[in-house]
Amino acid sequence: MSVARSWRHQVQRYNLIGTSCNSCGKYFYPPRTMCPGCRRDGEIVSYKFKGTGEIVTYTVIHTAAEGFEHQTPYVLGIVKLDEGPSLTSQIIVDPTDIYMGMRVRPVFRKLGDSGEKGIICYGTKFVPE
Amino acid sequence: MRDVAIIGVKTTRFGEMWGRSFRDIIVEAGVGALEDSGVSGDDIGSMFVGNMSGGQFVEQEHIGALIADYSGLSEGFHVPSTRVEAACASGGLALRQGISAVASGQDDIVVAAGVEKMTDVSSGSASTALAAAADREWEGMMGATFPALYAMIARMHMHRYGTTSEQLAQVAVKNHHNGAMNPIAQYRTPITVETVLNSIMVADPLHIFDCSPITDGAAAVILAPADIAHEYTDTPIYIRGSGQASDTLALHDRRDITTLDATVFAARRAFDMAGMTVDDIDLVEVHDCFTIAEICAIEDIGFAAKGEGGKLTEEGETAIGGKIPVNTSGGLKSCGHPVGATGIKQVVEITHQLRGEAGKRQVDGAEVGMAHNVGGSGATAVVHILSRER
Repeated sequence: MSVARSWRHQVQRYNLIGTSCNSCGKYFYPPRTMCPGCRRDGEIVSYKFKGTGEIVTYTVIHTAAEGFEHQTPYVLGIVKLDEGPSLTSQIIVDPTDIYMGMRVRPVFRKLGDSGEKGIICYGTKFVPE
Repeated sequence: MRDVAIIGVKTTRFGEMWGRSFRDIIVEAGVGALEDSGVSGDDIGSMFVGNMSGGQFVEQEHIGALIADYSGLSEGFHVPSTRVEAACASGGLALRQGISAVASGQDDIVVAAGVEKMTDVSSGSASTALAAAADREWEGMMGATFPALYAMIARMHMHRYGTTSEQLAQVAVKNHHNGAMNPIAQYRTPITVETVLNSIMVADPLHIFDCSPITDGAAAVILAPADIAHEYTDTPIYIRGSGQASDTLALHDRRDITTLDATVFAARRAFDMAGMTVDDIDLVEVHDCFTIAEICAIEDIGFAAKGEGGKLTEEGETAIGGKIPVNTSGGLKSCGHPVGATGIKQVVEITHQLRGEAGKRQVDGAEVGMAHNVGGSGATAVVHILSRER
Protein backbone atom coordinates (compact mmCIF):
# COMPACT_ATOMS: atom_id res chain seq x y z
CA MET A 1 0.00 0.00 0.00
CA SER A 2 1.31 3.46 -0.90
CA VAL A 3 2.22 5.97 1.79
CA ALA A 4 -0.48 8.44 0.74
CA ARG A 5 -3.17 5.79 0.71
CA SER A 6 -2.27 4.52 4.16
CA TRP A 7 -1.82 8.04 5.60
CA ARG A 8 -5.08 9.43 4.14
CA HIS A 9 -7.36 7.46 6.50
CA GLN A 10 -4.89 7.24 9.38
CA VAL A 11 -6.92 9.36 11.78
CA GLN A 12 -10.12 7.42 11.08
CA ARG A 13 -8.40 4.01 11.35
CA TYR A 14 -6.47 4.83 14.53
CA ASN A 15 -9.37 6.41 16.43
CA LEU A 16 -12.48 4.80 14.93
CA ILE A 17 -13.57 8.13 13.53
CA GLY A 18 -16.31 7.77 10.97
CA THR A 19 -19.09 10.06 9.88
CA SER A 20 -22.76 10.63 10.58
CA CYS A 21 -25.55 12.35 8.67
CA ASN A 22 -27.24 15.29 10.41
CA SER A 23 -30.27 14.95 8.13
CA CYS A 24 -31.24 11.36 8.96
CA GLY A 25 -29.10 10.58 12.00
CA LYS A 26 -27.36 7.55 10.52
CA TYR A 27 -23.76 6.65 11.38
CA PHE A 28 -21.09 5.43 8.97
CA TYR A 29 -17.95 3.43 9.60
CA PRO A 30 -16.03 2.98 7.36
CA PRO A 31 -16.62 6.71 6.80
CA ARG A 32 -18.74 7.85 3.86
CA THR A 33 -18.67 11.34 2.37
CA MET A 34 -22.19 10.98 0.97
CA CYS A 35 -25.17 9.65 2.92
CA PRO A 36 -26.58 6.78 0.80
CA GLY A 37 -30.08 7.49 2.17
CA CYS A 38 -30.22 11.29 1.79
CA ARG A 39 -27.62 11.62 -0.98
CA ARG A 40 -27.30 15.34 -1.88
CA ASP A 41 -29.80 16.31 0.84
CA GLY A 42 -27.59 14.82 3.54
CA GLU A 43 -25.21 16.68 5.82
CA ILE A 44 -22.16 14.61 6.67
CA VAL A 45 -20.11 15.40 9.76
CA SER A 46 -17.23 13.62 11.46
CA TYR A 47 -18.10 11.33 14.38
CA LYS A 48 -15.93 9.44 16.86
CA PHE A 49 -17.45 6.06 17.68
CA LYS A 50 -17.63 4.69 21.21
CA GLY A 51 -16.00 1.60 19.75
CA THR A 52 -17.96 -1.06 21.56
CA GLY A 53 -20.08 -3.54 19.65
CA GLU A 54 -20.75 -7.21 19.04
CA ILE A 55 -19.64 -10.00 16.73
CA VAL A 56 -22.13 -10.56 13.88
CA THR A 57 -20.21 -13.39 12.20
CA TYR A 58 -16.59 -14.53 12.01
CA THR A 59 -14.11 -16.94 10.49
CA VAL A 60 -10.74 -18.39 11.45
CA ILE A 61 -8.35 -17.85 8.54
CA HIS A 62 -5.79 -20.61 7.96
CA THR A 63 -4.71 -19.62 4.44
CA ALA A 64 -3.72 -15.99 4.83
CA ALA A 65 -3.89 -13.01 2.55
CA GLU A 66 -0.48 -11.87 1.23
CA GLY A 67 1.36 -10.05 4.01
CA PHE A 68 -0.63 -11.80 6.76
CA GLU A 69 1.04 -15.25 6.47
CA HIS A 70 2.84 -15.07 9.81
CA GLN A 71 -0.42 -14.35 11.66
CA THR A 72 -2.27 -17.63 10.90
CA PRO A 73 -4.55 -18.79 12.25
CA TYR A 74 -6.20 -15.42 12.76
CA VAL A 75 -9.80 -14.50 13.48
CA LEU A 76 -11.62 -12.10 11.17
CA GLY A 77 -15.07 -10.88 12.07
CA ILE A 78 -17.82 -8.46 11.22
CA VAL A 79 -18.41 -6.18 14.21
CA LYS A 80 -21.66 -4.28 14.59
CA LEU A 81 -20.87 -1.07 16.47
CA ASP A 82 -23.41 0.08 19.08
CA GLU A 83 -24.25 3.15 16.96
CA GLY A 84 -25.39 0.86 14.11
CA PRO A 85 -22.83 0.41 11.35
CA SER A 86 -20.80 -2.77 10.81
CA LEU A 87 -17.14 -3.14 9.89
CA THR A 88 -14.65 -5.90 9.13
CA SER A 89 -11.76 -6.37 11.55
CA GLN A 90 -9.42 -8.87 13.06
CA ILE A 91 -10.55 -10.05 16.48
CA ILE A 92 -7.76 -10.77 18.95
CA VAL A 93 -9.12 -13.80 20.74
CA ASP A 94 -8.46 -17.52 21.03
CA PRO A 95 -10.23 -19.03 17.99
CA THR A 96 -11.99 -21.52 20.25
CA ASP A 97 -13.41 -18.79 22.50
CA ILE A 98 -15.15 -16.56 19.96
CA TYR A 99 -18.91 -16.75 19.46
CA MET A 100 -21.60 -14.80 17.61
CA GLY A 101 -22.97 -12.01 19.75
CA MET A 102 -19.71 -11.69 21.76
CA ARG A 103 -19.24 -8.13 23.08
CA VAL A 104 -16.01 -6.49 21.88
CA ARG A 105 -14.04 -3.29 22.36
CA PRO A 106 -11.38 -1.62 20.17
CA VAL A 107 -7.59 -1.74 20.59
CA PHE A 108 -4.79 -0.03 18.65
CA ARG A 109 -2.68 -2.58 16.73
CA LYS A 110 -0.39 -3.09 13.76
CA LEU A 111 -2.53 -4.19 10.79
CA GLY A 112 0.25 -5.21 8.43
CA ASP A 113 3.31 -4.10 6.53
CA SER A 114 4.47 -3.93 2.93
CA GLY A 115 7.70 -5.89 3.37
CA GLU A 116 11.00 -4.91 5.00
CA LYS A 117 11.33 -1.62 3.16
CA GLY A 118 7.62 -0.85 3.03
CA ILE A 119 5.46 1.09 5.41
CA ILE A 120 3.89 -0.38 8.54
CA CYS A 121 0.18 0.14 8.70
CA TYR A 122 -1.59 0.56 12.04
CA GLY A 123 -5.26 0.66 12.90
CA THR A 124 -8.01 -0.70 15.10
CA LYS A 125 -8.64 -4.34 15.98
CA PHE A 126 -11.08 -5.69 18.56
CA VAL A 127 -10.80 -7.76 21.74
CA PRO A 128 -13.49 -9.27 24.01
CA GLU A 129 -15.01 -6.50 26.18
CA MET B 1 -36.05 -3.34 -28.91
CA ARG B 2 -35.27 -6.41 -31.01
CA ASP B 3 -35.27 -9.99 -29.75
CA VAL B 4 -31.78 -11.49 -29.57
CA ALA B 5 -30.54 -15.03 -30.21
CA ILE B 6 -27.34 -16.96 -29.60
CA ILE B 7 -26.17 -18.54 -32.87
CA GLY B 8 -22.72 -19.84 -31.92
CA VAL B 9 -20.80 -20.84 -28.78
CA LYS B 10 -17.38 -22.06 -27.70
CA THR B 11 -15.55 -22.64 -24.43
CA THR B 12 -11.85 -23.52 -24.39
CA ARG B 13 -10.59 -26.23 -22.09
CA PHE B 14 -10.41 -24.87 -18.54
CA GLY B 15 -7.35 -25.50 -16.39
CA GLU B 16 -3.70 -24.64 -15.86
CA MET B 17 -2.50 -23.86 -19.36
CA TRP B 18 1.13 -22.90 -18.91
CA GLY B 19 1.89 -23.43 -22.59
CA ARG B 20 -0.75 -21.03 -23.81
CA SER B 21 -1.06 -17.25 -23.51
CA PHE B 22 -3.94 -14.91 -22.73
CA ARG B 23 -4.34 -14.01 -26.41
CA ASP B 24 -4.08 -17.65 -27.55
CA ILE B 25 -7.06 -18.77 -25.50
CA ILE B 26 -9.39 -15.87 -26.27
CA VAL B 27 -8.72 -16.22 -30.00
CA GLU B 28 -9.46 -19.96 -29.75
CA ALA B 29 -12.80 -19.21 -28.07
CA GLY B 30 -13.76 -16.50 -30.56
CA VAL B 31 -12.82 -18.52 -33.63
CA GLY B 32 -14.60 -21.57 -32.23
CA ALA B 33 -17.81 -19.64 -31.64
CA LEU B 34 -17.68 -18.15 -35.15
CA GLU B 35 -17.17 -21.62 -36.68
CA ASP B 36 -20.07 -22.94 -34.61
CA SER B 37 -22.29 -20.15 -35.97
CA GLY B 38 -21.12 -20.16 -39.57
CA VAL B 39 -20.71 -16.37 -39.40
CA SER B 40 -17.86 -14.73 -41.28
CA GLY B 41 -15.56 -12.45 -39.33
CA ASP B 42 -16.42 -9.78 -41.92
CA ASP B 43 -19.95 -9.59 -40.51
CA ILE B 44 -19.00 -8.74 -36.91
CA GLY B 45 -20.42 -5.39 -35.83
CA SER B 46 -18.83 -5.17 -32.39
CA MET B 47 -17.25 -7.16 -29.59
CA PHE B 48 -17.62 -7.09 -25.79
CA VAL B 49 -15.07 -8.95 -23.67
CA GLY B 50 -15.39 -9.69 -19.98
CA ASN B 51 -12.06 -9.59 -18.17
CA MET B 52 -11.58 -8.94 -14.48
CA SER B 53 -7.91 -8.19 -14.14
CA GLY B 54 -5.58 -8.52 -17.10
CA GLY B 55 -3.60 -5.79 -15.37
CA GLN B 56 -2.84 -7.88 -12.31
CA PHE B 57 -2.80 -11.38 -13.83
CA VAL B 58 -0.79 -10.72 -17.03
CA GLU B 59 0.11 -7.03 -16.65
CA GLN B 60 -1.92 -6.24 -19.73
CA GLU B 61 -4.68 -3.67 -20.01
CA HIS B 62 -6.33 -2.44 -23.21
CA ILE B 63 -7.79 -5.92 -23.60
CA GLY B 64 -10.46 -4.93 -26.13
CA ALA B 65 -7.95 -3.67 -28.65
CA LEU B 66 -5.61 -6.63 -28.09
CA ILE B 67 -8.37 -9.11 -28.84
CA ALA B 68 -9.61 -7.29 -31.93
CA ASP B 69 -6.01 -7.18 -33.17
CA TYR B 70 -5.22 -10.86 -32.61
CA SER B 71 -8.59 -11.91 -34.04
CA GLY B 72 -7.73 -10.16 -37.32
CA LEU B 73 -10.50 -7.62 -36.81
CA SER B 74 -8.40 -4.49 -36.44
CA GLU B 75 -6.47 -3.82 -39.62
CA GLY B 76 -8.88 -3.17 -42.46
CA PHE B 77 -12.00 -3.77 -40.32
CA HIS B 78 -11.42 -1.67 -37.19
CA VAL B 79 -14.23 -3.48 -35.35
CA PRO B 80 -15.17 -1.72 -32.07
CA SER B 81 -14.06 -3.91 -29.15
CA THR B 82 -14.93 -3.09 -25.54
CA ARG B 83 -13.62 -4.65 -22.35
CA VAL B 84 -16.22 -5.01 -19.59
CA GLU B 85 -15.29 -5.37 -15.91
CA ALA B 86 -17.35 -6.33 -12.88
CA ALA B 87 -14.92 -8.66 -11.09
CA CYS B 88 -16.11 -12.27 -11.41
CA ALA B 89 -19.33 -11.06 -13.11
CA SER B 90 -17.40 -9.52 -16.02
CA GLY B 91 -18.47 -12.29 -18.43
CA GLY B 92 -22.16 -12.05 -17.64
CA LEU B 93 -21.95 -8.29 -18.00
CA ALA B 94 -20.18 -8.56 -21.36
CA LEU B 95 -23.09 -10.69 -22.57
CA ARG B 96 -25.56 -8.12 -21.30
CA GLN B 97 -23.72 -5.34 -23.15
CA GLY B 98 -23.69 -7.45 -26.31
CA ILE B 99 -27.42 -8.10 -26.00
CA SER B 100 -28.05 -4.35 -25.67
CA ALA B 101 -26.01 -3.66 -28.80
CA VAL B 102 -28.10 -6.12 -30.84
CA ALA B 103 -31.46 -5.34 -29.23
CA SER B 104 -31.01 -1.61 -29.78
CA GLY B 105 -30.28 -2.08 -33.45
CA GLN B 106 -26.78 -0.67 -33.13
CA ASP B 107 -25.20 -3.88 -34.46
CA ASP B 108 -26.41 -7.14 -35.97
CA ILE B 109 -23.67 -9.70 -35.31
CA VAL B 110 -21.96 -9.21 -31.95
CA VAL B 111 -19.35 -11.28 -30.12
CA ALA B 112 -19.73 -11.52 -26.33
CA ALA B 113 -16.72 -13.18 -24.77
CA GLY B 114 -14.83 -13.61 -21.53
CA VAL B 115 -11.24 -14.48 -20.69
CA GLU B 116 -8.89 -14.80 -17.73
CA LYS B 117 -5.32 -16.08 -17.57
CA MET B 118 -4.69 -16.59 -13.86
CA THR B 119 -1.76 -19.02 -13.62
CA ASP B 120 0.97 -16.71 -14.93
CA VAL B 121 1.27 -15.42 -11.34
CA SER B 122 1.75 -17.32 -8.06
CA SER B 123 -1.37 -18.43 -6.20
CA GLY B 124 -0.63 -15.76 -3.56
CA SER B 125 -0.56 -13.02 -6.18
CA ALA B 126 -3.71 -14.45 -7.75
CA SER B 127 -5.47 -14.29 -4.39
CA THR B 128 -4.36 -10.68 -3.95
CA ALA B 129 -5.66 -9.83 -7.41
CA LEU B 130 -9.00 -11.50 -6.61
CA ALA B 131 -9.24 -9.62 -3.31
CA ALA B 132 -9.60 -6.44 -5.38
CA ALA B 133 -13.19 -7.58 -6.04
CA ALA B 134 -13.89 -6.84 -2.36
CA ASP B 135 -13.31 -3.53 -0.55
CA ARG B 136 -9.52 -3.14 -0.62
CA GLU B 137 -9.36 -0.39 1.99
CA TRP B 138 -11.83 -1.71 4.55
CA GLU B 139 -11.83 -5.50 4.03
CA GLY B 140 -8.58 -6.45 2.27
CA MET B 141 -6.46 -4.21 4.46
CA MET B 142 -7.78 -5.99 7.55
CA GLY B 143 -6.54 -9.36 6.27
CA ALA B 144 -9.76 -10.52 4.59
CA THR B 145 -9.56 -13.08 1.79
CA PHE B 146 -12.39 -14.17 -0.48
CA PRO B 147 -12.76 -17.54 1.22
CA ALA B 148 -12.94 -15.61 4.53
CA LEU B 149 -15.81 -13.41 3.32
CA TYR B 150 -17.82 -16.41 2.11
CA ALA B 151 -16.88 -18.29 5.30
CA MET B 152 -18.55 -15.50 7.29
CA ILE B 153 -21.66 -15.92 5.12
CA ALA B 154 -21.52 -19.69 5.70
CA ARG B 155 -21.09 -19.31 9.47
CA MET B 156 -24.19 -17.08 9.65
CA HIS B 157 -26.19 -19.42 7.37
CA MET B 158 -25.31 -22.41 9.55
CA HIS B 159 -26.13 -20.54 12.75
CA ARG B 160 -29.46 -19.21 11.52
CA TYR B 161 -30.77 -22.09 9.41
CA GLY B 162 -28.91 -25.16 10.65
CA THR B 163 -27.05 -25.67 7.38
CA THR B 164 -24.28 -28.25 7.89
CA SER B 165 -20.73 -28.75 6.61
CA GLU B 166 -21.98 -32.02 5.08
CA GLN B 167 -24.60 -30.13 3.06
CA LEU B 168 -21.93 -27.69 1.84
CA ALA B 169 -19.74 -30.67 0.91
CA GLN B 170 -22.61 -32.19 -1.07
CA VAL B 171 -22.58 -29.16 -3.36
CA ALA B 172 -18.92 -29.91 -4.19
CA VAL B 173 -19.60 -33.64 -4.58
CA LYS B 174 -22.49 -33.00 -6.99
CA ASN B 175 -20.51 -30.47 -9.02
CA HIS B 176 -17.48 -32.76 -9.32
CA HIS B 177 -19.83 -35.55 -10.43
CA ASN B 178 -21.11 -33.28 -13.22
CA GLY B 179 -17.65 -31.92 -14.04
CA ALA B 180 -16.32 -35.45 -14.48
CA MET B 181 -18.66 -35.72 -17.50
CA ASN B 182 -17.57 -32.39 -18.99
CA PRO B 183 -14.62 -32.65 -21.42
CA ILE B 184 -13.54 -29.04 -20.83
CA ALA B 185 -13.61 -29.17 -17.00
CA GLN B 186 -10.50 -28.45 -14.94
CA TYR B 187 -11.20 -31.24 -12.42
CA ARG B 188 -12.76 -34.38 -13.84
CA THR B 189 -12.41 -36.49 -10.70
CA PRO B 190 -15.44 -37.49 -8.64
CA ILE B 191 -15.07 -36.82 -4.90
CA THR B 192 -16.93 -37.82 -1.74
CA VAL B 193 -18.24 -35.86 1.25
CA GLU B 194 -15.24 -37.21 3.18
CA THR B 195 -12.85 -35.78 0.56
CA VAL B 196 -14.25 -32.34 1.31
CA LEU B 197 -14.48 -32.65 5.10
CA ASN B 198 -10.96 -34.13 5.40
CA SER B 199 -9.36 -31.47 3.19
CA ILE B 200 -7.45 -28.59 4.78
CA MET B 201 -9.38 -25.72 6.30
CA VAL B 202 -8.91 -22.45 4.38
CA ALA B 203 -11.25 -20.21 6.36
CA ASP B 204 -13.39 -22.00 8.90
CA PRO B 205 -15.96 -23.48 8.05
CA LEU B 206 -14.79 -23.63 4.41
CA HIS B 207 -12.33 -26.37 3.39
CA ILE B 208 -10.19 -26.18 0.27
CA PHE B 209 -12.74 -28.44 -1.48
CA ASP B 210 -15.45 -25.87 -0.73
CA CYS B 211 -13.55 -23.38 -2.93
CA SER B 212 -13.41 -22.94 -6.70
CA PRO B 213 -9.90 -23.11 -8.18
CA ILE B 214 -7.61 -20.70 -10.03
CA THR B 215 -8.06 -21.31 -13.75
CA ASP B 216 -7.07 -20.24 -17.25
CA GLY B 217 -9.85 -20.22 -19.81
CA ALA B 218 -11.95 -18.33 -22.32
CA ALA B 219 -15.44 -18.56 -23.77
CA ALA B 220 -17.40 -16.75 -26.48
CA VAL B 221 -20.93 -16.56 -27.85
CA ILE B 222 -22.16 -15.02 -31.11
CA LEU B 223 -25.33 -12.93 -30.91
CA ALA B 224 -27.70 -12.02 -33.74
CA PRO B 225 -31.16 -10.47 -34.11
CA ALA B 226 -33.74 -13.24 -33.59
CA ASP B 227 -35.34 -12.42 -36.95
CA ILE B 228 -32.28 -13.56 -38.90
CA ALA B 229 -30.96 -16.23 -36.50
CA HIS B 230 -32.32 -19.09 -38.63
CA GLU B 231 -30.11 -17.98 -41.50
CA TYR B 232 -27.16 -19.20 -39.44
CA THR B 233 -28.42 -22.11 -37.35
CA ASP B 234 -31.34 -24.55 -37.04
CA THR B 235 -31.25 -24.22 -33.26
CA PRO B 236 -30.95 -20.60 -32.23
CA ILE B 237 -31.22 -20.12 -28.47
CA TYR B 238 -33.19 -17.03 -27.55
CA ILE B 239 -32.35 -14.54 -24.82
CA ARG B 240 -35.64 -14.22 -22.97
CA GLY B 241 -34.54 -12.32 -19.87
CA SER B 242 -31.57 -10.26 -18.74
CA GLY B 243 -31.25 -8.71 -15.29
CA GLN B 244 -28.45 -6.96 -13.47
CA ALA B 245 -28.24 -5.49 -9.97
CA SER B 246 -25.73 -3.86 -7.62
CA ASP B 247 -25.26 -4.04 -3.86
CA THR B 248 -22.77 -2.67 -1.32
CA LEU B 249 -19.16 -3.43 -2.19
CA ALA B 250 -18.32 -4.62 1.33
CA LEU B 251 -20.04 -7.61 2.91
CA HIS B 252 -20.32 -5.82 6.27
CA ASP B 253 -22.67 -3.17 4.79
CA ARG B 254 -25.29 -5.67 3.56
CA ARG B 255 -28.89 -5.64 4.78
CA ASP B 256 -28.58 -9.38 5.47
CA ILE B 257 -25.29 -11.32 5.46
CA THR B 258 -26.91 -14.54 4.15
CA THR B 259 -28.86 -12.95 1.26
CA LEU B 260 -27.31 -11.60 -1.93
CA ASP B 261 -29.85 -8.87 -2.68
CA ALA B 262 -28.10 -8.29 -6.01
CA THR B 263 -29.07 -11.84 -6.98
CA VAL B 264 -32.64 -11.33 -5.76
CA PHE B 265 -33.07 -8.18 -7.85
CA ALA B 266 -31.19 -9.40 -10.95
CA ALA B 267 -33.29 -12.58 -11.00
CA ARG B 268 -36.52 -10.65 -10.47
CA ARG B 269 -35.67 -8.31 -13.37
CA ALA B 270 -34.82 -11.25 -15.65
CA PHE B 271 -38.05 -13.07 -14.70
CA ASP B 272 -40.09 -9.89 -15.31
CA MET B 273 -38.55 -9.39 -18.74
CA ALA B 274 -39.16 -13.04 -19.68
CA GLY B 275 -42.65 -13.13 -18.15
CA MET B 276 -41.58 -16.29 -16.35
CA THR B 277 -41.24 -17.69 -12.83
CA VAL B 278 -38.86 -20.19 -11.24
CA ASP B 279 -41.28 -22.96 -12.24
CA ASP B 280 -40.43 -22.32 -15.90
CA ILE B 281 -36.71 -22.96 -15.44
CA ASP B 282 -35.49 -26.47 -16.36
CA LEU B 283 -31.85 -26.03 -15.31
CA VAL B 284 -29.55 -23.35 -13.97
CA GLU B 285 -25.85 -22.52 -13.86
CA VAL B 286 -25.23 -20.59 -10.62
CA HIS B 287 -22.12 -18.82 -9.37
CA ASP B 288 -20.67 -21.43 -6.96
CA CYS B 289 -17.33 -19.72 -6.27
CA PHE B 290 -17.73 -21.42 -2.87
CA THR B 291 -20.16 -24.17 -1.92
CA ILE B 292 -22.12 -21.78 0.33
CA ALA B 293 -22.53 -19.46 -2.67
CA GLU B 294 -24.51 -22.13 -4.55
CA ILE B 295 -26.80 -22.62 -1.57
CA CYS B 296 -27.40 -18.85 -1.25
CA ALA B 297 -27.95 -18.59 -5.03
CA ILE B 298 -30.66 -21.24 -5.27
CA GLU B 299 -32.42 -19.60 -2.33
CA ASP B 300 -32.06 -16.02 -3.57
CA ILE B 301 -33.28 -16.89 -7.10
CA GLY B 302 -36.21 -18.71 -5.53
CA PHE B 303 -35.65 -22.42 -6.19
CA ALA B 304 -35.65 -22.97 -2.41
CA ALA B 305 -37.02 -20.98 0.51
CA LYS B 306 -34.39 -19.04 2.51
CA GLY B 307 -32.52 -21.53 4.65
CA GLU B 308 -33.69 -24.59 2.68
CA GLY B 309 -30.90 -24.64 0.06
CA GLY B 310 -28.78 -27.12 1.99
CA LYS B 311 -31.75 -29.46 2.38
CA LEU B 312 -32.64 -29.24 -1.34
CA THR B 313 -29.04 -30.21 -2.16
CA GLU B 314 -29.01 -33.05 0.38
CA GLU B 315 -32.20 -34.47 -1.11
CA GLY B 316 -30.55 -34.66 -4.55
CA GLU B 317 -32.99 -32.21 -6.14
CA THR B 318 -30.15 -30.09 -7.61
CA ALA B 319 -28.50 -33.08 -9.33
CA ILE B 320 -29.13 -34.01 -12.97
CA GLY B 321 -32.48 -35.82 -12.82
CA GLY B 322 -33.59 -33.80 -9.79
CA LYS B 323 -36.25 -31.10 -9.57
CA ILE B 324 -33.87 -28.32 -10.68
CA PRO B 325 -30.46 -29.44 -11.99
CA VAL B 326 -27.83 -26.92 -10.84
CA ASN B 327 -24.41 -26.53 -12.47
CA THR B 328 -24.46 -29.38 -14.98
CA SER B 329 -21.11 -28.06 -16.29
CA GLY B 330 -19.50 -28.85 -12.94
CA GLY B 331 -19.90 -25.23 -11.92
CA LEU B 332 -17.04 -22.99 -10.91
CA LYS B 333 -16.02 -25.64 -8.39
CA SER B 334 -15.17 -28.47 -10.78
CA CYS B 335 -15.22 -26.94 -14.27
CA GLY B 336 -12.95 -24.12 -13.03
CA HIS B 337 -13.27 -20.38 -12.55
CA PRO B 338 -11.30 -18.16 -14.94
CA VAL B 339 -13.07 -15.16 -13.46
CA GLY B 340 -13.73 -13.06 -16.59
CA ALA B 341 -14.74 -16.11 -18.64
CA THR B 342 -17.09 -17.78 -16.15
CA GLY B 343 -20.23 -15.78 -16.99
CA ILE B 344 -19.90 -16.66 -20.68
CA LYS B 345 -19.04 -20.31 -19.99
CA GLN B 346 -22.28 -20.64 -18.01
CA VAL B 347 -24.26 -19.42 -21.02
CA VAL B 348 -22.36 -21.76 -23.36
CA GLU B 349 -23.30 -24.69 -21.09
CA ILE B 350 -26.97 -23.67 -21.05
CA THR B 351 -26.89 -23.34 -24.86
CA HIS B 352 -25.43 -26.85 -25.23
CA GLN B 353 -28.14 -28.17 -22.90
CA LEU B 354 -30.99 -26.44 -24.73
CA ARG B 355 -29.67 -27.65 -28.09
CA GLY B 356 -29.62 -31.19 -26.64
CA GLU B 357 -25.90 -31.66 -27.21
CA ALA B 358 -24.61 -31.93 -23.61
CA GLY B 359 -23.81 -35.66 -23.85
CA LYS B 360 -23.81 -37.51 -20.54
CA ARG B 361 -24.73 -34.28 -18.74
CA GLN B 362 -27.88 -33.76 -20.80
CA VAL B 363 -30.98 -32.71 -18.88
CA ASP B 364 -33.92 -34.44 -20.58
CA GLY B 365 -36.37 -32.10 -22.24
CA ALA B 366 -34.49 -28.90 -21.32
CA GLU B 367 -36.43 -26.00 -22.84
CA VAL B 368 -35.55 -23.04 -20.59
CA GLY B 369 -32.29 -22.43 -18.74
CA MET B 370 -30.81 -19.75 -16.52
CA ALA B 371 -27.30 -18.42 -15.91
CA HIS B 372 -26.40 -16.55 -12.70
CA ASN B 373 -23.07 -14.72 -12.42
CA VAL B 374 -21.83 -12.85 -9.31
CA GLY B 375 -19.09 -10.28 -8.80
CA GLY B 376 -17.21 -10.13 -5.50
CA SER B 377 -19.11 -11.18 -2.39
CA GLY B 378 -22.36 -10.11 -4.09
CA ALA B 379 -21.89 -6.47 -5.12
CA THR B 380 -22.88 -7.29 -8.72
CA ALA B 381 -25.18 -10.01 -10.03
CA VAL B 382 -26.23 -10.76 -13.59
CA VAL B 383 -28.96 -13.24 -14.49
CA HIS B 384 -29.93 -14.43 -17.97
CA ILE B 385 -32.84 -16.63 -19.05
CA LEU B 386 -32.41 -18.58 -22.29
CA SER B 387 -34.98 -20.59 -24.18
CA ARG B 388 -35.43 -22.81 -27.25
CA GLU B 389 -38.69 -20.96 -27.94
CA ARG B 390 -38.62 -17.34 -28.99
